[in-house]
Amino acid sequence: MTTVKIRKQKRFIWAMITLSILIIVMFFISLSTGVIRIAPMEVIDTLLHKGTKQQALILFDFRLPGIVLALLIGAMLAVSGTILQGVTQNDLADPGILGINTGAGLAVVLYIYFFQDILTLTGLQSIYLMPFAALFGAICAAVLIYLLAWKSGVNPIRLVLVGIGVNAGFSAILTILQLKMDPQNYRQVTVWLAGDIWNANWNFVLALLPWAFLLIPIGIYKAKALDVFNLGDEVAAGLGIKVEKERGILLLIAVALAGAAVAAGGAIAFLGLVVPHIARKLIGPLHQLIIPISTLIGALLLMVADTIGKNILAPSEIPVGIVVSILSAPYFIYLLMKVK
Amino acid sequence: MQAFINRSSLLKTIINLIAIIALIGSIGLSVSYGSTKVPIETVWQAVFHFQPDITAHQVIQELRLPRAIAAVLIGAFLAVSGAIMQGMTRNPLASPSIMGVTDGAAFALVIILAFYPTVSNLGGTFASFLGAGIAVSIIFIIGTLSSGGLTPVKLALAGVAIGALLRSVSSVISLHFQLEKEIGFWMAGGLDSADWNAVKLLVLSGIIGMLIALFISKSITVLSLGEDMATGLGQNNTLIKILGIVSVLVLTGVSISIAGAVGFIGLIIPHITRFIMGKDYRWIIPSSAIFGALLLVLADLVSRLINAPFETPVGAITSLIGVPFFLYLARNSGGGSK
Repeated sequence: MTTVKIRKQKRFIWAMITLSILIIVMFFISLSTGVIRIAPMEVIDTLLHKGTKQQALILFDFRLPGIVLALLIGAMLAVSGTILQGVTQNDLADPGILGINTGAGLAVVLYIYFFQDILTLTGLQSIYLMPFAALFGAICAAVLIYLLAWKSGVNPIRLVLVGIGVNAGFSAILTILQLKMDPQNYRQVTVWLAGDIWNANWNFVLALLPWAFLLIPIGIYKAKALDVFNLGDEVAAGLGIKVEKERGILLLIAVALAGAAVAAGGAIAFLGLVVPHIARKLIGPLHQLIIPISTLIGALLLMVADTIGKNILAPSEIPVGIVVSILSAPYFIYLLMKVK
Repeated sequence: MQAFINRSSLLKTIINLIAIIALIGSIGLSVSYGSTKVPIETVWQAVFHFQPDITAHQVIQELRLPRAIAAVLIGAFLAVSGAIMQGMTRNPLASPSIMGVTDGAAFALVIILAFYPTVSNLGGTFASFLGAGIAVSIIFIIGTLSSGGLTPVKLALAGVAIGALLRSVSSVISLHFQLEKEIGFWMAGGLDSADWNAVKLLVLSGIIGMLIALFISKSITVLSLGEDMATGLGQNNTLIKILGIVSVLVLTGVSISIAGAVGFIGLIIPHITRFIMGKDYRWIIPSSAIFGALLLVLADLVSRLINAPFETPVGAITSLIGVPFFLYLARNSGGGSK
């Protein structure tokens, strides 16, 4: 028993170290590639304040905030997906498929539509308020889906189907709303809804940091409950866990993470779905280990996707959400074929 | 017994006739309402006593009439496609938009536009047949390879995934070739590009697709009762399925090449007609055509009036109508017994 545990822990530590190294390597590749290439050594020089003024401008004002945002958003979506899959006992749950992302997107678009012009969105107040608007939308969507799927209990399959329906409904409302905007806003919102790290600046990073650094650790702290859910509600209750309360808290964390991520990165689909599966393959079914691994994989994956999107068709940029879909939809289809 | 069947056939005929009258009425409304309202008498005159020097007559002849006719045909085609798919697969959620067929067609159209920008209407339609065909093949391959076959939820999820994948690749291509506007149009769905050429194309493909559909309607009834039973009755299921798929591809392909991704008509209408007409696809298919036409003509009218003088994509309107229905189906037939 103990040897198994030790082996697991070793494996976990190795996975964490490997992923961290990959993230660091990718971080430098991502910083040095772009329309203007900066050699990796120069990147290090510039980070140490020894580069040229132009390089410093590119790195600190343009690339670095975008990359940090990609890391944060990727981690948040991955953890959100992991928790959702654990709570709903459904391998195919994901904030994108369940319509939570679209709900958050709808709230943000409504917020922009009613309260201000998109061009003034660099205003500080609105940046810090946007995650809250998204959170509100995400919670509304989650409650709506849960209620619609409720029929003396919530069955996972019905939950997913209802999510797909609600998603389509929100998308239709979004289409109608978008047409009422002026062309400039219309274009921006369209790209953003496809999943795009828009307005990559440090204020957005600051607005997201508290969400990521508060909610992900709480998620890890609560992970034990997720493992117990696997045993079934009755066993969980027997083990002294207040099932409904824990489930509510965990759902709220997942929804809040997805909402805040959407506010900054748009509706990025499939990331939250695929990452937990990769993490489970690497490390087994214990959520206390899965969540940290998911955090790193999500961050890595979104940073890679972001770099691909920025460079593959340069100078035009592909929204990161599209890259993520192309990379992970085939894996999702594979999972679909395996699930009974 | 005989009397009972006759009477219920009479009732079904009456319901269909009422629907046809409603359809003619809504075509009249659709032609007379728009950015400027034209009185019904003028519409009548424009159609039957056309005078080229009157602007209103020209607007009706060149813009509104072809659009209304296109709406009738496309609505009918999408509904019939859905009916055939649901009958063949016995899957309540089968329909062109849920199965990613519309995304497949749009995908092929974007590729054609990117590499042959001067492609003709006919070429575009042919491309969208191919694209629709690719999407359907992928779904069937997933169905065959996956453990436990294509349950309703798997079908819906596979449709979501394939749709997202094809849409993403389309976006990348459109970004590279600066075709965002075109792809935006197809994703939203709209009838504003429907002219007489489009109507001609629709009529020609429609004759092929609808004839096949009517020809196999009896066999689909048998198939919808179960494949073993159909085989037991000496029916060649493979042939019927191939004909059914061809008909779906022709009808959906031509519709999408003209109106873009108009969702949910193929999902809702067959359920409604099955509820009214029973289980016989010789009734379900023609009635689906009538009801589908009625729905799209009305949705198109709403799409022009809701935010006048701007047009709202008709796909958004049909989605808003379709989503509650989808949710109802998801609660009742998709989610098992719990």
